[in-house]
Amino acid sequence: MTSPSTTADVVAPKTGSGSDNYLVHDKGFLSWALTLDHKRIGIMYLGSVLAAFALGGLFALILRTELLSPGRTIIDHDTYNQMFTLHGAIMVFLVIIPGIPAALGNIALPLQLGAKDVAFPRLNLASYYLWLLGACCMLTSLIMNAADTGWTFYAPYSTTTETAVAPAAMGAFILGFSSIFTGLNFIVTIHKLRPPGMGWFRLPLFIWALYSTALIQVLATPVIGITLLMLTVERLLHIGIFDPALGGDPVLFQHFFWFYSHPAVYIMVVPGFGVIGDLIPVFSRKRIFGYKFIAVSSLAIAFLGFLVWGHHMFVSGQSTLAGSIFSAITFLIAIPTAIKVFNWISTMYKGQIHLDTPMLYALAFLWVFTIGGLTGVFLAVMSVDIHLHDTYFVVAHFHYVMMGGAITALLGGIHYWWPKAFGRMYDEKQGRFGALLVFVGLNVTFFPQFIMGSRGMPRRYYNYLPEFQDLHRLSTIGAYMLGLGFLMTAFYLIRSLKSGRPAPANPWGSRTLEWTIPSPPPYYNFHHAPTVTRGPYDDYEGLVYDEKIGGYVEKAPTA
Amino acid sequence: MSEPTPQAEPVSEGSAPPPAAKADGGHAGNGHAHADEHHGHSEHPFLAHHFDTPQQQFEAGKLGIWLFLLTEVLFFAGLFCAYTVYRAMRPEVFVYAHYFLDTRLGAVNTCVLLLSSLTAAWAVRNAQLRQHKMLMTNIIITIACACTFMVVKYFEYSHKAHDGLLWGPNFAPKEQVWELPGFKKKHPEAAEYAEKLAHAAKEAEKAPPAAAPAPAAHGTKPAENHEPAAKPTLEQVEPLLAAGLIGEKAENPTGVSRPRNAHVFFSIYFFMTGLHGLHVLIGIGIWIWLLFKARRGVFGPNYFGPIDYAALYWHLVDLIWIYLFPLLYLIH
Repeated sequence: MTSPSTTADVVAPKTGSGSDNYLVHDKGFLSWALTLDHKRIGIMYLGSVLAAFALGGLFALILRTELLSPGRTIIDHDTYNQMFTLHGAIMVFLVIIPGIPAALGNIALPLQLGAKDVAFPRLNLASYYLWLLGACCMLTSLIMNAADTGWTFYAPYSTTTETAVAPAAMGAFILGFSSIFTGLNFIVTIHKLRPPGMGWFRLPLFIWALYSTALIQVLATPVIGITLLMLTVERLLHIGIFDPALGGDPVLFQHFFWFYSHPAVYIMVVPGFGVIGDLIPVFSRKRIFGYKFIAVSSLAIAFLGFLVWGHHMFVSGQSTLAGSIFSAITFLIAIPTAIKVFNWISTMYKGQIHLDTPMLYALAFLWVFTIGGLTGVFLAVMSVDIHLHDTYFVVAHFHYVMMGGAITALLGGIHYWWPKAFGRMYDEKQGRFGALLVFVGLNVTFFPQFIMGSRGMPRRYYNYLPEFQDLHRLSTIGAYMLGLGFLMTAFYLIRSLKSGRPAPANPWGSRTLEWTIPSPPPYYNFHHAPTVTRGPYDDYEGLVYDEKIGGYVEKAPTA
Repeated sequence: MSEPTPQAEPVSEGSAPPPAAKADGGHAGNGHAHADEHHGHSEHPFLAHHFDTPQQQFEAGKLGIWLFLLTEVLFFAGLFCAYTVYRAMRPEVFVYAHYFLDTRLGAVNTCVLLLSSLTAAWAVRNAQLRQHKMLMTNIIITIACACTFMVVKYFEYSHKAHDGLLWGPNFAPKEQVWELPGFKKKHPEAAEYAEKLAHAAKEAEKAPPAAAPAPAAHGTKPAENHEPAAKPTLEQVEPLLAAGLIGEKAENPTGVSRPRNAHVFFSIYFFMTGLHGLHVLIGIGIWIWLLFKARRGVFGPNYFGPIDYAALYWHLVDLIWIYLFPLLYLIH
């Protein structure tokens, strides 16, 4: 284990212009656009994903504003349909799926692993450019005549509507390959680039989660690829595979779509589990409880996630037997998920809890994700689902999981690795306030939707009965709070790049490898591979806080 | 590490890591590690900076290509799944439509691809043993086979287009299935019988409605027209029934018509073979690139990864065709 004192000389010798960290290693636009460095690619991903998040969020605010009152408020119903479609498609394909793995994972994974880079740096860059291309396709759809099918592209509507479904579907197709490349890269990196001593059960939980995610990315994404290709060809050439008018089978589309898109739910949330698994022991200053169980439960979720797609199709004319089997397997997923939550809570028990911003997001995650997960069990019950299907209950459920799970964890991760990635500390007070605003806003937005849904308010409707107005208004107020919280977060994070205090190597008192090298990391990460001698969450007692540098350093050996 | 590494280029980081300290780690069995025991990467011009040994780089690449092939299998799996669903729903369409495919051309293409797989595998061996000439020869044969495949495919496609055998609304076959030589050869009785039925139906259409129940009045073939009415044989009916040309009440069929939604077969046929053909084209591109690389003599025992990965990809492309051929051409 390289200690901070010995890593000081890991920094490459100064070559004239300050330290040789990756941010200033080369200069100029091309040095970023053509970089093969995983950290830079991660930063580019992060910036792009957050820009897409702002666009998707803007759509969400417009949608919520429209729903302030029944009937027309600000936009007409066709625009409304297009807007919720693109809100969903952007948030799912452009933000949440690449959010944690491609952005945070690219920055942190090789550092945590003790590797110099991911296994295939060129493929990594290709993945980023595919993301950009996919994003451009989505924007093309937006400019031409935005798709209005919902993000699920259900046939036969998607094969017959006048709107620009083909560019949106091709966008998602291309983004799928971007996702596959990231996943493939991570699997090979984790298998082949571990330094001496880094056994499987010494991997940080974030890496375990990314590994499980990558497996799903590699195994599920090709199926949506071919499905969207078929859909596009169906639209352009009328091949009659999904269109019933030509002898096709629209339910086949649903099977194909959910065979990917249910596992994709875990592509979105399992990396979030990984972030939380890293945050909780660090900010509790306590060894993680049940490490192996948490690690393996990610794999269990990944595996079970492939067997439950039919629970999206309880009302699509599926046989009762098939429905019951899908329902039963869906219940099973609650087990590995609960293992994680209980282990995190046990980790906090009797720990020294430090309520820094990342930890606030982790706690928010525990609250929000648990609600989201448990309401998922309601929906897995076939008889209940008949009533709740396509209502706001479903909307609230998946926003609690996607927004409360994936986005909260993404924010927690951003705040956790921000000092490492950029070498600057953000304003902690503003960070905590922002976290609070996001947490409250999230609940105010989506909890009323559970109530509305259970009372029968259908999802995706432009208009509604007057009795739902109070709850809709409350939900919209929550959305504004969320918007404010994100705006504020963006503001102080960007400001920290200019005026934040320089980050120490280890500001949080973490034990994983990325915190043993300076912030921001040197260009080559580790000039020689570190030798790992203990687990990622061991020996918090060996660190002391150094007032002078504002971070944690290895305790001087008592000789 | 106190040694300065002032080079800006990552690949030229020649002298940085002390490999001996790293090679003893988790990567046991370094078959090719002997060469760089005392040197940095300068010994291996093709070793990327983030790998320690050529062995590690090769293994990473190999795992990567296998994972990629897995995604390819799943990509095609969607199509095979669609094929299965439609064949289960409409078996008669598949029986009907497969007569339109040229089994001989399909078989030729299968042989061509199998040969190219052999030469691809051979090329890997040549690269490992640094057999420069044989490597070039084998790559060229592989490319030639791939091109042959595409040329045959082109002729098949243009025939299909000429005969109106296209997907969806463009499906308008010029020939009846029983007029095809393949059908006639396999089921001579049925072909004859179908011809008669079609003829009878045509005559019935031409005749005024009053005359319809008595086609025998049309003089030229009265005797023949009586025969179908007198209960056709199994050999006559069964192939027509399987291909959906006559309805369930086959004891006394009154006419022949092609099965509903027959075009779906050609949608699937063009989609599957088209996507496969695209993979062959990509493969040709890869082999041409490798041919240029091989000409520079870069491949040897320490560096043969690209040939190996390309060969694996090529085997998969072949394998998919090995499944497509019977599924599309050899239906019974």
